[in-house]
Amino acid sequence: MTSTRSPLNKGYWPFLVPGVLALLLVIIIPFLMNVGISFTKWNGITSPTWIGLANYEKAMHDETFWASFKNNLYVIVAMTIVPTIAGLLLSAFLYDYVANKMGKGVASFFRASYYLPQILPVAIAGVVWRWILQPKWGVLNWILTGIGLEGRNWLGSADTAMYSVMGIMVWFQLGYPLVIFMAALQRVDPDIYEAASVDGANWMQKFTKITIHQIRPEIFVVVLMTLIHSLKIFAQIFVLTRGGPGRATIVPSYFAYQNFFEKANVGYGATISTIMTVIIILLTILFINAQSRQELREGV
Amino acid sequence: MTTISSDLTAAPPRRSFQFPVGKILALVFLLALMVIMLFPFAIVIINAFKTPVEYANSGPLSLPGGFYTQGLVDFWNRVDFTNKLYNSTIIAVTVAVLGIALSLLNAFALGIGRVRGRVAFLIFFLMANTLPQEALAYPLYYFAKYFGIYNNRISVILVMTVIQSAFGTYLLTSVLSTFPREILEAALIDGCNKVQLLFHIVAPISRPTLQVLFVFFFIWTWNEFFLPMILLVSTSNQTVPLAIAVLQGQFNMDATTSSASALLGLLPCIVFFLLFQRTLTRGVTAGSIK
Repeated sequence: MTSTRSPLNKGYWPFLVPGVLALLLVIIIPFLMNVGISFTKWNGITSPTWIGLANYEKAMHDETFWASFKNNLYVIVAMTIVPTIAGLLLSAFLYDYVANKMGKGVASFFRASYYLPQILPVAIAGVVWRWILQPKWGVLNWILTGIGLEGRNWLGSADTAMYSVMGIMVWFQLGYPLVIFMAALQRVDPDIYEAASVDGANWMQKFTKITIHQIRPEIFVVVLMTLIHSLKIFAQIFVLTRGGPGRATIVPSYFAYQNFFEKANVGYGATISTIMTVIIILLTILFINAQSRQELREGV
Repeated sequence: MTTISSDLTAAPPRRSFQFPVGKILALVFLLALMVIMLFPFAIVIINAFKTPVEYANSGPLSLPGGFYTQGLVDFWNRVDFTNKLYNSTIIAVTVAVLGIALSLLNAFALGIGRVRGRVAFLIFFLMANTLPQEALAYPLYYFAKYFGIYNNRISVILVMTVIQSAFGTYLLTSVLSTFPREILEAALIDGCNKVQLLFHIVAPISRPTLQVLFVFFFIWTWNEFFLPMILLVSTSNQTVPLAIAVLQGQFNMDATTSSASALLGLLPCIVFFLLFQRTLTRGVTAGSIK
């Protein structure tokens, strides 16, 4: 590597100008404005009134605000925890067993079919599932009553709405970790497995002691990305339930949207979205730290 | 692996036929999971071609008796689907092209040029990519109105381009920082300037990565819901997912019209999937490696 500032390393900053300007105008300035608005009471039309931390205090005592974050925990289970674990097991199964015994083509065929939901716009996935779960003529209730079970108003009743949304999320999300983990498995040195087999390790031991350890960087990325996505979940909720019934499926992003565009509480909406952002940035920092510490320890 | 030995065969030959139980169980499991994953696609496709009477009589699981397309045609005309396809395509293609251009410029400075403070810049771009859109939504909505581009495709194009390029910069910088230095040095010695270096050397050699980015930017923009919903209000400017999702709430649609609408939303994506399957897989995994 060239250590000094040779001509190769000079005179590049002009290339950054358009990108940085665009980023300032479209992301940084609007974000700072949003933080500013969060300290005001504003209906979006008349001029905003500075009220300091009052919105933040309001949020702390607002049941809907807390309900939205509690619901987000359910969404995390459905978008991060279940898909990551299922994706790990499934990718190991496809890679170790199916690709070996039935051929690589079979394994990638199944991988592709499980990935298909991922290419849908989440709004369209929501439309499809709403149609399936429709209480009167939906497919699911039709099947259930056909085999003598009772149909339900899956999205319309408070005790099933969240679980229905979670099921849809798992369906939607499974393909992403699967594809990443299968690619990750390709870079694991087969000699390690060979050595472990010679030492008498069974499949489960190889999975927990070698596979999971070897593809840890990818697991980190999947968990981080899906966590961030689950905190941002909006379109699915908008199309499926609009946060209802009652507060059963409300999430922070939808709650912020309601305050911005339906209730004309722009200041409060800005507060909710600022809190969301802080959480997401903290998560990102936490994970980047954890990852670089991991790499230091392993001397990668 | 489990094997079954039958005690009916008195003297099994040394290499008897072994019924591959493990393989069959595995296949049954994989197929069952595939049925679950593809069930929504299948059910939408078969019901979009049924008449309402057929649906009422024989239910959602039977195959359509004929090839009834009136539901699709009616829905197509009702939402002016041609116009939605046009909007989505224009927006997605423009964003993909501009997003790549911006990412390439940024990544050239950060990955090849290694300008001072490149790590800080990278964190800056990464943060921009992870910010929730809700934290930008109201100011962007306000700005769009202020500058007179509210309810205009340009507003969505501008915003999406910058958001996509934040990710593109992050990915492309890590790719370009491993760019062979000898090639760059040789080009500079031959009297190449920076602009020529970018367009004649770096961009052509990075074409595979740029193609992956193009596909991703295109599909992500096509699939985007929140920002188009906020910035595009009139139906003549709406994108495909937006028109279909918003219509769900507005009309009390019957079963077959609903599935016709869902099919129109699915079809473009299935086409993209078939066209770009390889690129998608390559791109998803490239994005995971920092």
